[in-house]
Amino acid sequence: MESIKIERTRKTPDVVFNAETGKIQIEGKSIPENSIEFYKPLVDWLDEYSNNPVENTEVNIKLEYFNTSSSKCILDVFKKLENIYKEDNNVIINWYYEEDDEDMLEAGEDYQSILKIPFKMIEMEE
Amino acid sequence: MSFDLSKWYNKHTEEKTLFSYLGEVTEETISNILDKIEVLLSEEGEDTKLFKRVYYISVETLQNLFHHSDLPVSQNNGSVIEKNVVFILSEKISNRYHITTGNFIKRSNIRVLKERIDQLNFLSKDEVRILYKLILNNEEFSEKGGGGLGMIDLVKRTGNNLSYNFYNFDEEYIFFSLRIAI
Repeated sequence: MESIKIERTRKTPDVVFNAETGKIQIEGKSIPENSIEFYKPLVDWLDEYSNNPVENTEVNIKLEYFNTSSSKCILDVFKKLENIYKEDNNVIINWYYEEDDEDMLEAGEDYQSILKIPFKMIEMEE
Repeated sequence: MSFDLSKWYNKHTEEKTLFSYLGEVTEETISNILDKIEVLLSEEGEDTKLFKRVYYISVETLQNLFHHSDLPVSQNNGSVIEKNVVFILSEKISNRYHITTGNFIKRSNIRVLKERIDQLNFLSKDEVRILYKLILNNEEFSEKGGGGLGMIDLVKRTGNNLSYNFYNFDEEYIFFSLRIAI
């Protein structure tokens, strides 16, 4: 299965979805006007990956900003990961937030409360 | 007398503004405005929390203008289509910034918009968060991609009420202004 690697733009994040290592990373800003267009290939990739995931899938989310339309798409990504976890695979979501960025911490907590999947909040020092 | 956008803009930029924009809103102009705001807030030496919040509210309000503006034919302006919107970021006063936006919408949208804002302004902080999570987790997605979360998130993040006004424009359209303290 092919991995995904997308470089960041002014409004979209760096993305690495690696099928061999099970490492998934989204880092940067996610504020596109059309989030569905950006996230659909990622959600589709996870659908395929879920057929044959590696033993440990590690997800690192390091977002500076995300808009509300991205927030729904990110939840779609997490729900795919939740399904993989429910099939008895190890999946962990590491949610990084900058020190003092209470809003990003709260956003992570909101996802954590909606999903049934191991979720770790990690504060990054400035 | 019909609503005059230039006059309204001039009046609302009389107070000290950090940044103001009157013009068409495109994906490109949004990127440029956000870059400018990032630079201005850095120059102000704003701390992380407020910096991010102002930037974030700028993103959401600009994208609301992009997704939800309607375009009337302006009689004041030689019968051309009125594509202009307004975005104003005030200077910091008493430790707060204010963002004011303005755009034309169809009269048929007034009721839903007014009800939505009035409901949000009525809710407590905890209730706003519960509503946010409920709508976030709702499968429905509006065709414009917003999913109805935009306004809720403005209130959730700032903890402040939304102020708004409607100005008569013509039989079909009104001018809608929104103001939020950050």
